[in-house]
Parts: sequence; C-alpha cells; structure tokens
Amino acid sequence: MPVAAPERAAPTAGRRTGRGPRPGRVGPLIGVALVVLAGLSLFVGVADVSPAAVLAGGPEGRAAFLLGVSRIPRTVALILVGSALGIAGLIMQMLVRNRFVEPGTTGVTEFATLGMLVSIVAWPGMPVVGKMGVAAVFGLVGTWVFLRVVRAVPVRQLVLVPLVGIMLGGVVGAVTTFVAYRLDLLQSLAQWSQGSFSSIMAGRYELLWIAAAMVVVAWFAADRFSVIGMGEEFATNLGLDYRRVVGVGMLVVAVITATVLVSAGMIPFLGLVVPNVVSLIIGDNVRRAIPWVAGTGAAFLLACDIVARVVRFPYEIPLSVIVGVVGSGLFLWLLLRRGSRAH
Amino acid sequence: MLTEIAPAAVTDPAPRRTGWVRSLAARRGVRLAGLGILVLALVALYLFTDVPGSLAFAVRIRSLTVAAMLVVATAVGVSTVVFHTIVANRILTPSIMGFDSFYALISTLLVFFLGSGAFLGFDELTLWIVQVVVMVAFSVVLFTWLFGGRRRSIHLMLLVGIVLGTFFRSFTEWMQRMLDPLDFQVLTDAMFASLTRPDPLLLALTGVLVTAGCVVLIPLLPTLDVLTLGEATAVGLGVDHRRTVMTLFGVVSVMVAVSTALVGPIMFFGLIVANLAYSYVATFRHAWTLPAAAGLGMVCLLGGELVLERVFGFGATLSTVIEFAGGLFFLYLVLRKGAR
Repeated sequence: MPVAAPERAAPTAGRRTGRGPRPGRVGPLIGVALVVLAGLSLFVGVADVSPAAVLAGGPEGRAAFLLGVSRIPRTVALILVGSALGIAGLIMQMLVRNRFVEPGTTGVTEFATLGMLVSIVAWPGMPVVGKMGVAAVFGLVGTWVFLRVVRAVPVRQLVLVPLVGIMLGGVVGAVTTFVAYRLDLLQSLAQWSQGSFSSIMAGRYELLWIAAAMVVVAWFAADRFSVIGMGEEFATNLGLDYRRVVGVGMLVVAVITATVLVSAGMIPFLGLVVPNVVSLIIGDNVRRAIPWVAGTGAAFLLACDIVARVVRFPYEIPLSVIVGVVGSGLFLWLLLRRGSRAH
Repeated sequence: MLTEIAPAAVTDPAPRRTGWVRSLAARRGVRLAGLGILVLALVALYLFTDVPGSLAFAVRIRSLTVAAMLVVATAVGVSTVVFHTIVANRILTPSIMGFDSFYALISTLLVFFLGSGAFLGFDELTLWIVQVVVMVAFSVVLFTWLFGGRRRSIHLMLLVGIVLGTFFRSFTEWMQRMLDPLDFQVLTDAMFASLTRPDPLLLALTGVLVTAGCVVLIPLLPTLDVLTLGEATAVGLGVDHRRTVMTLFGVVSVMVAVSTALVGPIMFFGLIVANLAYSYVATFRHAWTLPAAAGLGMVCLLGGELVLERVFGFGATLSTVIEFAGGLFFLYLVLRKGAR
C-alpha cells in the first residue's frame, strides 16, 4: 500500500520530480559507503592494525587480538547505534506527526539520563542491564509526558513541537544537573553522558543488540507506523488499534534511547537529520525508508567517528562533539530551507 | 503572532491630562522606587551579614561580587528589553538566540588561530578590546542576517536560535579539544571569570561599557517607544528604521558581549527579568521598563544568591535554578501565548 502521511507529504509533493539523485542509484552507493567506512573504521587507530599485520600474525598475533577485542566491537557498535538512533527518530516522527522530533528534541534522552542517575544513586551495585532498564522506564515516562504536553500545544505548528520538546528536556536536564551536583556526581554524569565510543570493547557493547532487536520490531511494524502517521481517526478507520501501535512505538523509542545512552552516551540530532535527509531522496514511506535510514545512520556515525579519531591523532575527540557540529549544521539547513516554503 | 503590542498602552498620554493617569504614573514611580530600595537593602544584607572574620576584608571581597551582579543584571535586563523591541517579540532573547555561546566560540577561535602566544603577548586590555570588537562585529552581522530580511515565524526563529546554540557549543568544544594544553589554560582563564570572583580590571571595563550603552540609549528612549508600534508605523512617523535598528543591535551586542565575557552565559535570565519588568510597571514605555528590568535583575541575582547560599547553603547553583525556573516559564509563555 503506498502510504504517505498527509502532514509529511504536503511539503514534499513534487520533490522527487526533476533534479535530485534517483533512489535506485543511491541505494548501492550507501551500501558501498557503509562497507568502505566500516573497513576504514577497523583499521584506523593508534596501534598499527593493518590487514597485512593481521595476516602476518606478528608477536603472539597482537594485531588480530586488537582487532577482535577492540576494533571489531567498536565498528559493530557504531553501526548498531547509528541505525538504531535513525530508526528511533523515524518512529518518533511518525508518532508525533512532526518531522523535527527525535529522542533528543523531545526530552526522552534527558528523562533516560535522569533514570540512569537515579539507578546509580539508589542501587549502586546494579548490573548494567538493570540500569538500562531503569533508564528505559524513565525514557518511556518521558515519551508519555512529551506526547501529553504536545497535545496541549494549541496550534500544531511544525517548529513549535520540537521547541517545546527541547525546553522540556532543558527543564529535566536542570533537575538532573541539580541532583548530580548535590550528590557530587556531576563529573561522572558528564563522563558517561558524553557520547563516545573510545571505551567500547568486547564485553561492553553487547547490550546494543537489544537496540538492534528493536530495529527489527520496527521493521515488522513499519506499515502500522505509516498509518499512525496519518492521524488517529484515519488509523482507527483502517481497523488499527491506535493506542497499541503508539505504545509499541513508544517502547521501541525508549529502549533504543536507553541502550544507546548506557553503552555510548548522548548522540545529538542523528535521529532527526538522517530520516529527513532520507525522505528528501526517497519520499515518505516508512517500510521503504527503514533500511535506508538504518544504512545512512550507520554510515553517518562511522564517518563522524573516523573524523573524531583522525583530526587530533593520536588523541580522540568525543564523537558527540563531531555529531553535534555536523548534525546541528544540517538541522539548521533543513529549518531555514524549509522555512522559506512553510512559513 | 505571539505578542500583539497594544497600541493603547504606548500612546498613553503624558501623565498630566487627568488625575487618574497621574495617579497611575505615581504608582509606577512608587513601584520603581520600591525596587530601588529593595536593591539597596539586598546589597547591604549581602555585604554586612553573616561575616565570619574581619568585616572590612569581607566587604572588600564581596563588593566586587556585588558590583559584578549589578553590572550583569543591568546589561542583561536592558539588552533583553531593547532586543524584544527590535524583533517585536517578547520570547526571543539574545541568549536564547545562541549569542552567548557564539561569544565562547569567538574567543576560542581567536586563541586557536592566533595562538596563546598572541594572547599572552598583548596586555590584558588590548586583548579584551580585540575580543569585544570581533564579537560585536560578528554578532551585528549575524543579527542582520537573521532579522534583517524578511520576517520569519517566531517559532522558527526560536528553534533556529536553540539549534544555533548547540552548533556553536559543539564547535567551541571541538576547537578546544584541538588546542594545546597551554593554549587551553590561557583560554579558560580568559573565559571563565565568575560572579563570585570577578577580575577587577575587567569588571571596571565592563561597568564602563555598560554605562556607556545606557547613556547611548537615553536619547533613543522615545524612538524605542515608537519602534514598538511596528516597522511600518515607525518609518511613517519619521524614524530612520534601518539606522536606528543597527545602532540598537550594536548596543545590545556590546552589552551581551561584555556581560558574557564577565560571567559566562545564563540562558533564561533575560527572559524572566524582562517579562517580569513588563508586568511590574505595566507599560510599554522604555523609560520605565528599562530601569525596572535592570532592577528586577539585580533583585533576582542578589536575592537568589542570598537565599541559596546563606539560607540553604547551596553554593554555585543559582544558574541551574534559573535554568529550571526559566525553562518552565518559557514553556508557559510559548504554550499560553501560542493559543492566541
């Protein structure tokens, strides 16, 4: 069924006619870019791990050991996080029917961070899975609060919704900062909430497979999210259990946000920028967009991580800083270029 | 449109025609005087109470902090009210538009491209002047780019401002990570002067510039009142709109630049203070709103610091509290005013 949400489709109408790359040609391009970037990501780093060194074995197979313990987990983690965050953004955009939302612009990330802090304070000995669970519950609460608040927004304006979301996040973030400050946890809060993959090794990223599972769930439910994007009445008319699908979507978003937060930290704007760029190329069909969003998100994050590792070699710049610059730059471009038409 | 500025309030006749208007003006005067007395009382309370050791020593140290608060409150209050008038909206403020993060970026870029050698080679005064001049020049360019052309939707501008802030902050952090440890040290020294321990020389300079800004504004007060009527009306009434707005942007830039250089960014402070001032004096005349905003800013900073530090014993959390309260207030403004 060719599905396009009215609100999302209206400004895109006619976008695919004329100039712009054809989707058929860009698909393989993203695949190739993904493979090349993943390869680069494996062999860029301080220690000398080149394909030749791995094959040669060397003293006790050091290169192969490094590859297995550090490089491969890192690359896999980047791919998982990049695709999962892209999908989380895509689903939120469908649930809220607004193209400028993602966990970071709706306060969900901030709620999850608060949950993480609470779990650290209340149950210090808790295993990471437990912390992730608490963070996910808070993230879920955050999604719910956001949806309630947005319902109160009198005019459903395109840019008002993310604006309210960011402010909500700011308020929750201030609470988190205050609690952390009172308990002398400010430094560790800053440390683990900053997005970086430098400490990812075998044994410290496996939780991310949960996020990958959520991506699969999203894939199966894709058509339902498309229909949800057309509004509650329409979805109900088509025989869909609106509340249940929204619930599933909220759960997927919250779990992805929490796992990424626990294993890698905050990665701003990825979930917002990637689905928007994808929809510029292929239009607004969720089922078709999912592999695209996942692939583009992964490639984007891999590229940013390589930059973060290379610009100040042999030191590393936190990934979230690079993503913040590129992501907010792209977001501004989207806003101001759309601004000329929509406002 | 978020803020329909009521023309009736602007055109209220000179307080001479009827007894009713006179009593209103008198009440406003009383209110402003009350504010002044409150500020003085708070200053005295801050300086002279809770002194653990030598009174003279405590007063000497604390008077610097108090002076910094007074200067910053004036700069933020006045610049926000003027900014509101220029952009014809009461939710946008320079710091929400990301301009104070922009200043951090500028100083970082200066160190990055000139190196700390250049920073250390200059004396402090030259350096500070270079910084302020570059900041003001760039921010006037940015202001005109964002607000000079066609009017865009207010919500769009708000979102653009917030994203710009993130962009500037990330970029600043990137550049800072690229710096030498030595350069970074120089930069932190230059950037993170704080309210509790301001540098006397910089404080004096900031005070001079903020005072100068206020002096420039005094002859412009009637023009500012006319500007609240909207661009078309203002031009019709003979205001050289473009030139006036550029002057005002210049003053606002200087004030924001120096106060940020002194104490760092406080995002929602201007928003709270300016909106409180509008309802406190209940008029659109800048002769009233500007001093009220400055005074309320002083009360907020002094009172907040007193309550948090002396009563609750929380040091250094005032900006977090302002962020929290300001965020809620902002949400309220956007959601309520959006209804109209």
